[in-house]
Amino acid sequence: MHENSVIRHAGITLRALPGMARFALRCAPADAPRASQALGLDLPLAALTASAGAGRAALWLGPDEWLILAEDGAAETLPPAMEDAFAATPFSLVEVSGRQLAYGLSGPGAEEVLAEGCPLDLSDAAFGPGTCTRTLFGKVEMVLWRPGPEPAWHIEVWRSFAPHLHAHLREALLDL
Amino acid sequence: MLLIRCPHCGDRPEVEFRHGGEAHLARPPEPAALSDAEWAAYLHQRRNPRGPHAERWRHIHGCGRFFNAVRDTLTDRFLATYPTGAARPDGTQQGDPA
Amino acid sequence: MSAPFRTHQGGRPDRARTLRFTFDGRTYDGHPGDTLASALLAHGVHLTGRSFKYHRPRGILSAGPEEPNALVELDAGPGRREPNSRATMVPLRDGLLARSQNRWPSLAWDAGALTGAAAALLPAGFYYKTFMGPGRAWEKLYEPLIRRMAGLGRAPAEADPDRYAQRYAHCDVLVVGAGPAGLAAALAAARGGARVILCDEQMEMGGSLLSQPGTRIAGLPGWEWLEVALAELRALKVRLLPRTTAFSYGLQNMVSLAELPERAEGPRERLWMVRAARVVLATGAIERPLPFSGNDRPGVMLADAARVYALRYGVLAGHRAAVLAAHDSGYEAAFALQAAGMEIAAILDPRAAPPADLLAEATGRGIRVLAGQGVARSLGGRRVTGLISTGGERIGCDLLLMAGGWTPSVHLFSQARGALRWDAARDAYLPDTAPEAVLCAGACQGSYGLGACLAEGHAAGGGHGAAPGAQPGREPSGMPTAQAVAGAAKAPMAFVDFQNDVQAKDIALAVREGFRSIEHVKRYTTNGMATDQGKTSNMVGLAIAAATLGQEIPAVGLTRYRHPVTPTGFGGLAGRHRGDLFEPIRRAPLHGWAEAEGALFEPVAQWRRARAFPRAGEDLHAAVLRECRAVRQAAGIFDASTLGKIEVVGPDAAEFLERLYVNPWKKLAPGRCRYGIMLREDGFVTDDGVVGRMAADRFHVTTTTGGAARVLHMMEDYLQTEFPELRVWLTSTTEQWAVIALQGPKARTILEPFVEGLDISAASFPHMSVAACRVMGIPARLFRVSFTGELGFEVNVAPDQAPALWRALMRAGAPHGLTPYGTEAMHVLRAEKGYIIVSQETDGTVTPDDAGLSWAVGKAKRDFVGKRSLARPEMRRRDRPQLVGLLPRGTVPQEGAQILASPGARMAEGHVTSAYWSPALDRPIALGLLAGGRERMGQTVYATVMGGAPIAMEVTDPVFLDKAGERVNA
Repeated sequence: MHENSVIRHAGITLRALPGMARFALRCAPADAPRASQALGLDLPLAALTASAGAGRAALWLGPDEWLILAEDGAAETLPPAMEDAFAATPFSLVEVSGRQLAYGLSGPGAEEVLAEGCPLDLSDAAFGPGTCTRTLFGKVEMVLWRPGPEPAWHIEVWRSFAPHLHAHLREALLDL
Repeated sequence: MLLIRCPHCGDRPEVEFRHGGEAHLARPPEPAALSDAEWAAYLHQRRNPRGPHAERWRHIHGCGRFFNAVRDTLTDRFLATYPTGAARPDGTQQGDPA
Repeated sequence: MSAPFRTHQGGRPDRARTLRFTFDGRTYDGHPGDTLASALLAHGVHLTGRSFKYHRPRGILSAGPEEPNALVELDAGPGRREPNSRATMVPLRDGLLARSQNRWPSLAWDAGALTGAAAALLPAGFYYKTFMGPGRAWEKLYEPLIRRMAGLGRAPAEADPDRYAQRYAHCDVLVVGAGPAGLAAALAAARGGARVILCDEQMEMGGSLLSQPGTRIAGLPGWEWLEVALAELRALKVRLLPRTTAFSYGLQNMVSLAELPERAEGPRERLWMVRAARVVLATGAIERPLPFSGNDRPGVMLADAARVYALRYGVLAGHRAAVLAAHDSGYEAAFALQAAGMEIAAILDPRAAPPADLLAEATGRGIRVLAGQGVARSLGGRRVTGLISTGGERIGCDLLLMAGGWTPSVHLFSQARGALRWDAARDAYLPDTAPEAVLCAGACQGSYGLGACLAEGHAAGGGHGAAPGAQPGREPSGMPTAQAVAGAAKAPMAFVDFQNDVQAKDIALAVREGFRSIEHVKRYTTNGMATDQGKTSNMVGLAIAAATLGQEIPAVGLTRYRHPVTPTGFGGLAGRHRGDLFEPIRRAPLHGWAEAEGALFEPVAQWRRARAFPRAGEDLHAAVLRECRAVRQAAGIFDASTLGKIEVVGPDAAEFLERLYVNPWKKLAPGRCRYGIMLREDGFVTDDGVVGRMAADRFHVTTTTGGAARVLHMMEDYLQTEFPELRVWLTSTTEQWAVIALQGPKARTILEPFVEGLDISAASFPHMSVAACRVMGIPARLFRVSFTGELGFEVNVAPDQAPALWRALMRAGAPHGLTPYGTEAMHVLRAEKGYIIVSQETDGTVTPDDAGLSWAVGKAKRDFVGKRSLARPEMRRRDRPQLVGLLPRGTVPQEGAQILASPGARMAEGHVTSAYWSPALDRPIALGLLAGGRERMGQTVYATVMGGAPIAMEVTDPVFLDKAGERVNA
């Protein structure tokens, strides 16, 4: 179902990203250091921010909710590492690798394509590098992450909504 | 489209939210201790004030959190938003008695 | 081809290039920069349509968006026919094909035209008064007749082939209107570093500057200053949106704009949803017409429109004009037109003493002014040939211009919930205060001089220092409209609302009949209710109502301005959400396999599920019977992936479920599962599903396909707001797991060889077990559950691995008769067992006891959501509708059929919820909710049949097959 073709138009590229390990992490913000230890990455505590490095990323989605993205192997190694780090402290780690798919949208003006369906202000001032959030694109919910200063966006969407989202993005891109 | 200030995410467009009805109606800890009339009142009776109204919203397509808001039903202005469980901010009392 | 009314030079159109277009079958030419209206006028064409009610000939009244008459149909091929296009707003393009509307057989000779006595039959409130009886005459006779006579334009019959884009945008300052005030505002804001969007509905930016070539701004000729200003705005990265109409002002400065992009490729319209920190409205003003007999005759036009056609488009709307000037601007128009080469027959000024300076200038120009006189009536047929003045003089002319003063365009300000105040000096409602961050500048707040417009725009844009300089104009004055309309109510065919054919006398009649509120007068007469929303008629109508009531205008009130301010296409509002993108269609991971097998699909919520897998020559019924038999006799394989799934994790997970479900959970051992029922707080069933305990602190909850999002939302609601002390978290895993169900006596035989790390024998993995294991090497959660009454397993695996597993199971199962089955067979199989489907057997008013599910309710539980409601007396009545089995005689009743106690009974006692042909029983079976049903076993009841005899049914237990439930333990 994943749209594998790469679409290029007006200097902007829309591509399906390869599979990766994903987890929904839930814990009290006070216990975030335990997760950071297991991840080898600072779990972001500031709203709407992500931290990334060493093939892993943690996206703040809510005050006690993070989306962990990792290279494939982490699916086996992360759960026991988290169990060790948290020990008796309550937390919830649920693998969602298969639940969602990812697209990359990059190139100068890529935010104009997103503005076709995303109601947020995506300018540098409002949505700078490292910003992430759950939001909408048209009739579909997505997680939108801007990893760095370049005009490149990472989009996470639930698997069954991906064809609709992709088709909508594609039309928006071609009509830009 | 309203712009709603999520206590966690800041100003966000209305389409990301879901309305959750009147706020500050705590579920009785012992429902069995209530009379039928009291239970019916808890279930069904709601205020419909002309003016400031405390109501629940959920940033369902954002951080997913429920929160409370005081909205003026006359102007559609949000006077305050605050976390679930917090007291209603001063100066935003309900427009008419229930 | 020569355009006889084109001036020799001047105007904006590019005369070096010629465009050809067709109107009503005749071909004309024009130039880039023309509108359809200016190009038609250049050829002397005024007659462009027939009126709505009386089918009177109508011509071009205005030069802008307020046009009520010149509504034409544009035809750009199949699916691209656009009715009700205002000729004044249609940019001319090569090959444009336009037709007049509302006429038959032709525009010149219209069979529907009503004159004299016939027209007198259609006064205000005509429809309300006339078509009252008898009986069904309205729908049978009157409505079809009126529909043929009335109406505006025809919608296209074909699907629209175009694409429609939408765009969210954010800015510091949105400026609406690119006239001098708007340009000054945008320049000031952009120079200050703000993010600015400037939109204008015209094809060219400049507003009134476009028809003022002689003016000077900041030392430059007006048109040169315009070029410089636009270049600077572009350099400052201001988003310039010409051909873009701001049509709706929403809450917190969310303004909707409809853009009609110029390029042939790409979307036909783009809807902009702009969130602006501040909005500057520079929307200008609209000239008022004046009511007199025959003021709707083609060739009668707004005075400023004629000036615009001459100076902006280089088109003279006539050779010899008479000007009815109740306002000074009529003189300006007359002087400008004379300078452009038009003969001015006379200026009729109803004021007894027109301003001396204007009189002097008119005299100097040799123009005759008839002070204290108006127009009694126009003369002519389908084109004006002259007029009779109120003094009785006959004056010949081919153009009759009306200058009734100005109405500031406050529509958007009003939609911003801005308050309006009456300004007697300007004879207009002006913007007062607004709760939104919105400012007005220029003519839309009654400032008509160029210098004032520039200064106000500069200030509204946040500019410091001096605004671009211009000559201060003279302060214009006019006769108040309430005075200027005196006598109009007695004049026949003196129109106020041209589009809805409302006459001055209709408004006076409405007032005499007792309508006092202007909102009621509006609806009774339909004044201002046409697609132009009364842009030219509201103030005139208000003045007549006030005059009839003997009150001042502000005492009569003002009607509200609705969204959209200006008509906009449905396509832009729908955007991409049409056809395949109308809404998301969700397909599960095994969809592709089912599609290749030729499955029939059905929508379930947003999902498409395989309904059945008919083989060659089979119809749906035959396929379902075969699939059911395979499950009962061998094994079936079923895609259950769409079921909602929620992972409930945390030390308080069991306590949380204890509170949310009717069932007890704390004693459920890890590795076991249970059928859970969830109520709303009002005690009614809202969802159900199997819940498996994976570990002490981890549950795998399933929901119905359609209920997944609702259940998660409800769980989050209780968890976050009522039980925040519980240490538990919820994660949707619906799409993390694809679910393959194997059901039937051979299910274990087929599955067993694939399973690693788990003994799935009957003894070690009994019914209602769950375990993590590997299936074909794939990490899996295996449930032993049944929704068919047969031995059953549900294998949960990662979605991208599911198709391979499914195919392997199919190969391995083939020798055993493994058969794919769809949702229809699933429905039959579960009905044979009396299993309910939430939202089929339940409808939001069904308790667990009603549905025969009391056994699931944890009797010892102190509380759960909905428990208190179940104790209400009404919920315990013995005559509540209860789930029963029904054995229909002969045929399968319709689902939803009412249940009667006797064939002729007048009142239903329940309804059929499910009905199928049962292959296991080889007879029709049904489930239903029947009042006091459990005490009515063995009785005969009747299912209603639309237009037929009721079907007799025997009331029975809802479990039709294997009452002891032994088959699941095979």
